[in-house]
Amino acid sequence: MTTLLSAQGISKHFGGVNALNLCSLDVEKGSITGLIGPNGSGKTTLFNVITGYVKPDTGTVTFDGRDITNARPDKVFALGVGRTFQLTRIFARITVLENMLVATQREESWLRGLTRSMSSKSELDSAMEWLDFVGIARLAKLPAGSLSYGQRKLLELAYVLVADPDVVLLDEPAGGVNLTLINVISEKIRALNKEGKTFLIVEHNMEFVMNLCDAVTVMHQGTNLVSGSPTEVRNNPLVLDAYLGGGEEEDATEEVANG
Amino acid sequence: MAESEAFVRFDGVVAGYGGGDVLKGVTFDVPKGGVTCIVGPNGSGKSTLLKTVSGLVRPRLGEIWFKGQQLVGLSPKEILRLGVVQVPQNHSLFREMTVHENVELGAFLVKDKKVIAERMDTIREMFPIVAERAKDKAGSLSGGQQRLVEFARCLMLEPDLVVLDEPSMGLDPKTLRSMFETIRMMNSVGRTVLLVEQNARQALKMSHFGVVLENGQVRLSGTGTEVLNNPEIGALYLGGTIEHTK
Repeated sequence: MTTLLSAQGISKHFGGVNALNLCSLDVEKGSITGLIGPNGSGKTTLFNVITGYVKPDTGTVTFDGRDITNARPDKVFALGVGRTFQLTRIFARITVLENMLVATQREESWLRGLTRSMSSKSELDSAMEWLDFVGIARLAKLPAGSLSYGQRKLLELAYVLVADPDVVLLDEPAGGVNLTLINVISEKIRALNKEGKTFLIVEHNMEFVMNLCDAVTVMHQGTNLVSGSPTEVRNNPLVLDAYLGGGEEEDATEEVANG
Repeated sequence: MAESEAFVRFDGVVAGYGGGDVLKGVTFDVPKGGVTCIVGPNGSGKSTLLKTVSGLVRPRLGEIWFKGQQLVGLSPKEILRLGVVQVPQNHSLFREMTVHENVELGAFLVKDKKVIAERMDTIREMFPIVAERAKDKAGSLSGGQQRLVEFARCLMLEPDLVVLDEPSMGLDPKTLRSMFETIRMMNSVGRTVLLVEQNARQALKMSHFGVVLENGQVRLSGTGTEVLNNPEIGALYLGGTIEHTK
């Protein structure tokens, strides 16, 4: 196993708040790695540091053996690290399909997709294919701003996947998404992973994380608390205390017993 | 008056945002004193429906009755005055203001300072975080803590109907449980609750009534358990059957 993406000793403070405190995370090539932790534990800040949106005070980020600490977001994206956002970021005034075409421009200028009149047939096909996968193909011609919150999340997921990054960082992909669709998304992530794509996923839906991930890192108060297999993490008393809380639901306990 | 039997009655509500209709004739009742949960796929019109209750979206057709009074045509402020308070989907606290200030703003329709102070005392008891973090900026709180403060703020008007749009979104498992507990508590002190949830299984479990919205229309309504146990709804919208194949 080789480490594809690594953050080591990352610290970041905003004013008096230590959002990250010597936090480290390794993502193995070909894995689906889960990143969980209480609200405010620093998960999104770590995503922001990895993808160049926030400059860390200390620490290094490497991708495929290459130091990408402090690299600009577009550079990180072009190298093959794609991400979604917890609160969606889409271009509201252009159509859903046009949003997708912007995203296919990974190795060129992002804005080129907006300015040129014709996209190639394969780009269009691929864009429609991903929209179909997340179930919003019928909305392709509508302005993205007219989508509901959940639909925007789905567009963003399609948006990052169409760019075909080597590692995909997903920030709460299941939040606000219908339960049945969550299962569909989960299956698709698994299929993409079998083809070799690496995933790093922040998510509070434990069933989603525990069923999908090969490895899980738990963050607490700005640092990595525990890393291990889903079962190891789930049964770790530190994790129960900091994150899952006492009194696990019965069906969840049974799953552990069976698993 | 016949309308007063239901606490809230949606009757043939049609609404949208210019282009097309998102709601295509929605009809159902919200019984008094219960928790009613609306579930359904993304884009089925759940958030739009909630906005018609609070007056943020005006129906093109249809009627909405609240305690026997017609809500369609009233301004959001008039509806607020009648005792309907909504907590929106996205975080809505003023980040640069303190927790205390945010909660106090919830009572902006109340002029009597003594009444405000009394309600504030009650709220601080119900939501310890309002007392503990009173002087901190709301923006410094975690997502889950902000949600609880939003709940606290909406109760300052002592509303009869609390409308919640995906209260569980973005909450960690521990906070999620305390959030659902808080909804139960709000309900037990007399508030009727109408909420939208994608965390549908857990939400329906704690709800007295469930409504499935599909493509702008009511597909099914019944008790929370009836909706939860409906096999077709389960497969379509609740993540399939309980036994998973791994």
